Amino acid sequence: MNFYDYLSFAYGAVATIGVSFVAIVVGIPLGLGLALLRWSKVPFFGRVSYLYVSLVRSCPAVTLIMLIYFGLPQFGISLSPVVAALISFSITATAFNCEVWRASLLAFDRGQYEAAQAFGMTRYLRFRHVLLPQIWRSSLPGLINEMTLLVKNSPAISVIGLLDITRAAQRIGSRTYETVPPLLLALVIYVLIVIGLIRLQKRLERKIQLSEGGV
Amino acid sequence: MLDFSVIWQERDTVVRGLETTLSLVLIAGSLSLLIGMLLTPLFFSRQLWIRKSLEALCGAMRCAPFLLFVYLIYFGLPSYGIELDKWTSGLVAMVVYNAAYMAIIFKSVWVELPTDSIEAATAYGFGGRKMLTKIIGPLLFMRSIPMVGNQWIQIVKDSAYLGIISVFDITAAFNSIQAIYFNPFVCFIAAGLIYWALCLLVEAIVHVVARYARERIA
Repeated sequence: MNFYDYLSFAYGAVATIGVSFVAIVVGIPLGLGLALLRWSKVPFFGRVSYLYVSLVRSCPAVTLIMLIYFGLPQFGISLSPVVAALISFSITATAFNCEVWRASLLAFDRGQYEAAQAFGMTRYLRFRHVLLPQIWRSSLPGLINEMTLLVKNSPAISVIGLLDITRAAQRIGSRTYETVPPLLLALVIYVLIVIGLIRLQKRLERKIQLSEGGV
Repeated sequence: MLDFSVIWQERDTVVRGLETTLSLVLIAGSLSLLIGMLLTPLFFSRQLWIRKSLEALCGAMRCAPFLLFVYLIYFGLPSYGIELDKWTSGLVAMVVYNAAYMAIIFKSVWVELPTDSIEAATAYGFGGRKMLTKIIGPLLFMRSIPMVGNQWIQIVKDSAYLGIISVFDITAAFNSIQAIYFNPFVCFIAAGLIYWALCLLVEAIVHVVARYARERIA
């Protein structure tokens, strides 16, 4: 492997991490919104949110990304591959994060919410200071887990011609006729990314504990 | 533009894709379950090196994307003189990859098993093989049903990656139809709906098995 091969790995790593990161940033609040729609039993939209999650969760990443990138131009919406990848991964992340948030909302003690209501707290105050701190803490492991799932699904972006870590490894392998070493190097990069995410989780958990210990 | 009749015309192609995906998912789903089950006791082996190497392998598998593993089998094995065709490489990749996940699932359930029922069984004189088949086995089976179901859904979804090494699965079938009729939107929507139906089917099966297990075992 020469210098340019390592460069393409670096480029692939940026694409993999970038796509996953954007999807998470979009998916966490939107997923929370969808979960809240179901939790507060909003008539029509609660059902819609359920249907959305069920459909998107069962759609393979490859199929969804092809739908967005090849299908939308039929309606005059032409997207660049990068934008198509970002949209498709955000759609997936929203559905998955919705499930994580929903699980912690189910475990949340509704009585506390009603007590806050009885004390005359506004809707925003109740959400920000009663609900969110608790579900944020209990969702954290699930959210980090979804991030690793996103990273593992990121090779799907190679079907619309983007370069990710796996594709970089495969390309180097077919050029040098040594297929296994670049793939193993790719595996090492993925392991490092996942270890990084787990570290992040530990760190955030400690931070939450500290801030609660302070109160 | 939203004309689904083309897909009905091309139903033979769709059925061919469906057959490929279903055969892969069914074989890989059951084989990986079996191998995962056989691997699980090794996590509790007295030999340190067995334990450590199994943990390292399964840990690596958990970090690896499925496509990377497919490439390792499909492009990597031939350099060691093992040449498999596309379908078989896909199947081998699915079985090995998911066996690791299944083993992890069973191990995590095993660790969480209630110690009191196992102690009670020991007190009643259960031990060795009988303990495994009569006490630990059924408990393990029952408690892991939901997670195994999730993994099966993951298998259905991962099977779409095999289109990249040109296995003719559902996504590849619809991709070939849209290449003829230039109707990608309808085609990939239809593909998505088929995957949805498959996942709902898995969920229904898991539900039935879970109820049966509750009535039979508990």
